[in-house]
Order: sequence, then C-alpha cells, then structure tokens
Amino acid sequence: MSMTEFSPSIESRPTYAPLTSHGAAPAIMVADAAGAAALADLAASDSSVMDKAHVVLVAPTAEGPSQIQSLRPLAVHVTPDLDAAGPMLKQLLGTARMGTQLFLAGSEGLMGHMSALATAEGLPLDAIQMEHRGTIARRMQCVHCKGITDNVTTDPFTCSHCGLTLFVRDHFSRRLGAFQGVCVDAETPGVVPDSVEIRP
Amino acid sequence: MNKLTLKVTETQQLSPLVKRFRFEHPDGSALPLFSGGAHITVEMPEGELIRRNSYSLVSDPYDGSGYEIAVRREDTGRGGSRYMHEKVNEGDLITVSAPKNLFQLDLRAKKHILIAGGIGITPFLSQLRQLDLAQAPFELHYAARSRKEAAGLAMLPEAAHIHIHISEEGKRMDLGEILDGQPLGTHVYTCGPDGLIKAVADQAARLNWPTSSVHSEAFTAPPPGEPFEVTIASTGQKVRVKADQSLLEALEAAGIEIDYSCRGGACGRCETSVTSCEGRILHHDHWLSDDERAEQTKIMPCMSRFKGTRLELDL
Repeated sequence: MSMTEFSPSIESRPTYAPLTSHGAAPAIMVADAAGAAALADLAASDSSVMDKAHVVLVAPTAEGPSQIQSLRPLAVHVTPDLDAAGPMLKQLLGTARMGTQLFLAGSEGLMGHMSALATAEGLPLDAIQMEHRGTIARRMQCVHCKGITDNVTTDPFTCSHCGLTLFVRDHFSRRLGAFQGVCVDAETPGVVPDSVEIRP
Repeated sequence: MNKLTLKVTETQQLSPLVKRFRFEHPDGSALPLFSGGAHITVEMPEGELIRRNSYSLVSDPYDGSGYEIAVRREDTGRGGSRYMHEKVNEGDLITVSAPKNLFQLDLRAKKHILIAGGIGITPFLSQLRQLDLAQAPFELHYAARSRKEAAGLAMLPEAAHIHIHISEEGKRMDLGEILDGQPLGTHVYTCGPDGLIKAVADQAARLNWPTSSVHSEAFTAPPPGEPFEVTIASTGQKVRVKADQSLLEALEAAGIEIDYSCRGGACGRCETSVTSCEGRILHHDHWLSDDERAEQTKIMPCMSRFKGTRLELDL
C-alpha cells in the first residue's frame, strides 16, 4: 500500500515522511499490519538498518512475523493490540541508550500513541521517524470527558465514553498522541450535521 | 520591563576573579521565584552611562528571600564586571530586572547531564537545586583549569553525581566517556567557552544524539571595541557608540526605544534590520545564522559592533 497524501492543514496536524535509514545504529521499530510494508521498504533501501533493530508488530497479518523475520532484525516482538504494544515499547525504551533510533509505521493512531509514550520517556519528537500506511482512521480525545475513541472514520462521531456527538478537529495533542473531538451541537442541541467519511 | 530595586546584603570573594553578590528586597519582602538556569539583568550606572549585564542566578530558585549572582571580573571587558567588583558594596541599592530564563531544563528528560566550563558553572547552581527537589536523575561535570580558579567549588555540594575535572591536576574532562551509553531520553546542557559548547555538540552528534536533546548557553557580556557611528533610518539621527559601550546601550542613551532581553546575543529580542551598510558588521552574537551574518542585513545591537563608513538601522 502506498503512502497517503494528507491535505494541507493547520500547523498542529502531524505530517509524516518516509522512513530513512541511519545505518546500523541500535533501533526500535513499531508497525501495524500495514506499517510492516514500510519497514520492508526501509530494509530494502539499507539492509544494515535491521542489524540492531527490535521490531514490535501490532496485530500483524498471519504472514507478518515471518516476513519481518526474513529482514533479519535483532528481535521481533508480536503484540495483539496497541494496549499491549505500549508496555513493550516502554520496556525497550527503558533499556535503550542514547543514539537509538525510533521508527513508527502504520496508522495515525499507532504513531500518535507510541510517539506520546516515547516523548514522555524523554525522547524529543524530532528524533522519532514516522511513516503513515494503511487506514486514515484517527485516535480522538473527547475534549469534554477526556475519553479516547480509537479508529474514528466518520465526522462527526459519537464519543465512546460520554456519548456526545463530536466534530473531528485537526488539532492534535502531541502529549496524548490524539486528535481533539469537540461537541458539534453544543449551541444547537440535537442539530447534528450528516456524518461523512473523514478525508486524509 | 519589570524592574526591582534591591539591596546588596552580602558580597564574598569566591576566587581571585569571582565575587558573589546577594540582593534582597530593602523591606524584606519576598522576591519572585524563578526556574533553574534563569538570569537577571543588572544595571550599572556610571556617570551618564548605564551599562546592563545579565548574570545567571546561582541561588535556590524556590527561595524568594534573595537573589544571588557570581560575577567573574573581565579586565579586558568594557567595564561592567569591573564595576561590580570595585563599586558595588554591601548596603548599596541596585536595579535589576525580574528573572528571565533562556536556559531551562527540559523536564521531560529521563536524565540530565550538566557540563560547565569555568564561570559557566553559574546557571547550573540553580538548576541542580531544582533537579534535587524534583528528584530527577542528573550528573554535573565541572571543568576548571586550577582548583584556585574554580570559584564554583565553594558553591557546589559534595555528591557522587557531581564530578570535578581540574586540568592542572591532570583530570581533564572526557566528553566521550561522559556522553557514551547514557539512557535514551537523556538531555545534555553545556555552559562555558564556545570551544566546549562545540565539542559537546560534536561528540553528541557522533553518538547520534538528536540535536534537540543538546542545549547550551553562551551569553557573555558585550565586548568593547573601536568607537563607531550608526544612523537611524526613520529620523536621520546619528548615534555614536563609545569604545566601552554596546550599540544597545548607546541607542538607549540616545532615547531610542528598543526591545531586549538577555543582552548577551542569545535570545534574539533586539534583532534589528540594517537598511544600509558600507563596511563590516562585527557579529558577536549566538543568534544569527552564518548566512544571515554574511548578508549584513541584520545586527544584534546588544553584542555586535561595526567597522566602516556607514551603518543605517531600520529604527
């Protein structure tokens, strides 16, 4: 799957560039099923990037682990979902040394979630490489109840925590790794625009 | 600009060249607290001239009972530090700015490494108190030529994570050893001579550290130089800059409003456009890029000087 072209937006909205190799430096890579292809492309551009790489796969396809294994990374860790990938990443970051490269590939939800975790561990945001692959679904925070709704694909959408109808904003919290959802009918309760598919 | 008139309540010679000053509110009221790495700008009136130098606060950021600075006497400077050493006595009133910070700690860091060369120890003295209170892991490395010159020794606590490197005793600082193998999420902060700041940045780059994990502060007092003249574009007024005066001080003396903060070429606030330049700007700041310097269309009046026939400022 090729990279998504996101339409220009406000400064807050993250943008993503293709992953580029820093050679055989120690590395931590996190990818979902679609993002695994970005890691394969990265390894194709420079196979040495895998020499000292720990790869965390989040809900990979059946063939995913063996495909990544064939790129000969130092280790492959398979996790069923983002909630399980978080502690795994935290543990890898906790034992890593300065100079370790962090690569994230896949959905915006994965990249937001994992980059927020890494910045909380002291890694500067500009030291994290991210490449978007696959779904354009967003990880949304309800600004009212603070609950997170994952995999949002329509605008407006219903907050999975408090039930408000939320407008999908491009405002993004780097600390939380989530876009902001704001009540769409606060002024005119019940007057809700038709729900449409979100666009890249 | 927020100013405070404070009383000098203590002076102490820390080393042959470095003197510590303590300022308190004349009526004993509490001063605004600050954050580790903050500085104040001290006014030094002498005749019709007012010099202003910025000095890092070396006291506890959470202690509002007073502010302390440590001033190194620079005999080749334009006279600010000499004034502090010779003219300022206990009991005097002195005007200072409220604290400002251009060298804060990144509190998201997992670990902090503080590297000081010589008088560059000053901003770290307040930072280490903040780090102690936050119980954040850190190590401090202080390099000085000799024990006698190392004014910081008197102000540093003795602790396992505070390392003293005295080159005269053959204990030179090894930056590779300090930076290699630090945990991911470490930030490094350097204050000292330009050579040290560059050496730390180079070493960090060799170890693939992200540039945003590498911080430094290099502001120094403005250097003296040959007198020169500038023209104010809007009015045609000519302002003469004396040998022991900075361009910023000369503009202020001439009643020309100009924004400033650090007065050490670090913060960028006084950046001024040059509308005409016949000669060479002597850039002494740490703000403009190499390209901007070469273009000669911008000047930092707090630090930089001019040699030539005509310099017109967009003021």
